[in-house]
Amino acid sequence: MAEVLVLVEHADGEPKKVTAELLTLARSFGEPAAVFLGAPGTYAKAKDYLAQFGAAKVYVAESDDIAGYVGAPAAEIVAGLVGTASPAAVLVAATADSREVAARIAAKIDSGLIWDATALTPELVATQGIFGGSTIVTSKVTKGVPVVVVRPNATAPEAAPGTPTEQIVDVVISDAAKGAKIVDRVVEAKSGRPDLTEAQVVVSGGRGLGAAEHFALVEKLADTLGAAVGASRAATDAGWYPHQNQVGQTGKTVSPQLYIAVGISGAIQHRAGMQTSKTIVAVNKDPEAPIFEFADYGLVGDLFNVVPQLTSEIEQRKAG
Amino acid sequence: MNIVVTVKQVPDTWAEKKLDAADKTVDRQSVDNVMNEMDEYGVEEALKIKEAHGGEVTVVTMGPAKAVETIRKALSMGADKAVHLSDDALHGSDALATSAALAKVISTLSPDIVITSSEASDARGGVIGALLAERLGLPQLTQARKVTVDPASSTVQIERLADNGYALVEASLPVVVGVVEKINQPRYPSFKGIMAAKKKPLTTLSAADAGLDAAAVGLAGAASTVVTSEPAPPRSSGTIVKDEGDGGTKVAEFLAVQKLI
Ligand SMILES: Cc1cc2nc3c(=O)[nH]c(=O)nc-3n(C[C@H](O)[C@H](O)[C@H](O)COP(=O)(O)OP(=O)(O)OC[C@H]3O[C@@H](n4cnc5c(N)ncnc54)[C@H](O)[C@@H]3O)c2cc1C
Ligand SMILES: Nc1ncnc2c1ncn2[C@@H]1O[C@H](COP(=O)(O)O)[C@@H](O)[C@H]1O
Repeated sequence: MAEVLVLVEHADGEPKKVTAELLTLARSFGEPAAVFLGAPGTYAKAKDYLAQFGAAKVYVAESDDIAGYVGAPAAEIVAGLVGTASPAAVLVAATADSREVAARIAAKIDSGLIWDATALTPELVATQGIFGGSTIVTSKVTKGVPVVVVRPNATAPEAAPGTPTEQIVDVVISDAAKGAKIVDRVVEAKSGRPDLTEAQVVVSGGRGLGAAEHFALVEKLADTLGAAVGASRAATDAGWYPHQNQVGQTGKTVSPQLYIAVGISGAIQHRAGMQTSKTIVAVNKDPEAPIFEFADYGLVGDLFNVVPQLTSEIEQRKAG
Repeated sequence: MNIVVTVKQVPDTWAEKKLDAADKTVDRQSVDNVMNEMDEYGVEEALKIKEAHGGEVTVVTMGPAKAVETIRKALSMGADKAVHLSDDALHGSDALATSAALAKVISTLSPDIVITSSEASDARGGVIGALLAERLGLPQLTQARKVTVDPASSTVQIERLADNGYALVEASLPVVVGVVEKINQPRYPSFKGIMAAKKKPLTTLSAADAGLDAAAVGLAGAASTVVTSEPAPPRSSGTIVKDEGDGGTKVAEFLAVQKLI
């Protein structure tokens, strides 16, 4: 069986759930080979996780050159592995960083690229929702080794414990790939809540909240549900919430089991980032708000009454 | 500073978009088209850099004949000149072919800074910036919410969006910059700008003029293909309830019935 290269998505070595999803997907049509790229010493934190989710092989590339420059070094290494491993496909998570790496890989190996797949058959036919989800297409790569960028939550991760063989990659990065140097990383938002793109439940706040401090209402509701917190662009532009939490066309795309929109009108650009959510609940005082056209459950009312009541009701049900 | 900014004409955000029934490419004929909204931020940033450091802004687009409307808009915002790559042979190009074609045109312009925006709203690839950096062999300064150019040291520093904050990324000119919509507030074309745009230099290139191999671009050169296309199943229309003082409880009941709590 041919290898399927899976680019490991991680934060300082801690794997993201989407990595398990990609390994599960890879197993449906080949032998999952995880590609771990990171700073020296970070692989140790990912090792057990990759074994747990069925990596048959792990390519380990640790170097300061990988973590220290934008995009190009990662693409160079993966393209090199494609040359030696002749994989059936390369699977990459649909995160801002990795989709750019995927594109560069495709260019280097002269292969087709598919982005934002929500499903992938063993024949490598991908499903994509386009035009803000109004049209569903299936597509496939017709040239080279398919590079497929897969959305988080596209597959349910399944454990398949094993003992992968490890192959240490000799990292030699060309000077050309060391153009965009990362000189500092600044943490602005550390919440302890789940990752927005991976969360099973997302509670988002919009302009209807009226002020930054009212996001506490959204956070409290989110915490009773173990949810991530999102925001509309109106809310991030106003500085009420970090832009990293923006959901929508130019923010994150989320696809949780449950999405609760609080004081959000449901503009087309917001919708583009959340409409594949399984269940959508909206709280908005304007009965004409577009969000009610696609919400599964819409509550027309003042969020300042509804949200605290909802939060305490959930708390009570959990306690009882 | 020699600045190139890419712009793309796309179906209007509010238009009902569809794929062409025959070749499953984006139907650009039967809808109103506009400049990709994100590209307004790219043009604005190009103009800002020019205003701060001097130089010239060249707009580059690849698209059908009517994409010239989008070029006019960029020129009326204040760009100096434009190159329009337009040829039926380019119809159906995928991101890889598009980036190769744009790179070919852009390299003849010897830019110090190439600016793209983070995403076009039609196919939402968000990959052209990275691909141009790859093809041109230039540093990739994408996902930028802030750009600082230092002509004295010939360097550019950006704040690149990250999951929990941002990364400070630095490179020496020439570079490819990709901007996100947090970066600035695009200006509106003035009446004077609109009049002036009509007289600004515009070069139209065919694929052959640009030195492109017809087999490597367009539908013929595409490395992926759409197999099937159908409208998404309509969302079953939801329940809308008016708050009578027990709205929060009602929502909780709904969530409980759905086994979501
Ligand atoms: C290029 C571009 C990219 C964009 N990208 C994004 C994106 O990624 N994400 C995004 O979200 N937007 C994006 N937008 C912006 C988008 O068009 C909307 O402007 C934005 O989503 C509106 O945010 P909102 O719903 O919070 O605000 P509004 O549209 O102002 O809606 C606020 C809602 O709150 C309700 N409300 C007010 N008070 C209360 C109350 N007390 N109780 C209950 N309800 C109340 C109001 O009835 C209203 O419906 C983009 C726009 C452009 C041009
Ligand atoms: N055909 C094109 N002509 C000019 N610029 C383009 C074209 N396609 C994409 N771009 C640029 O690349 C950015 C990102 O596009 P994309 O990767 O297609 O989402 C766009 O906003 C444009 O600035």
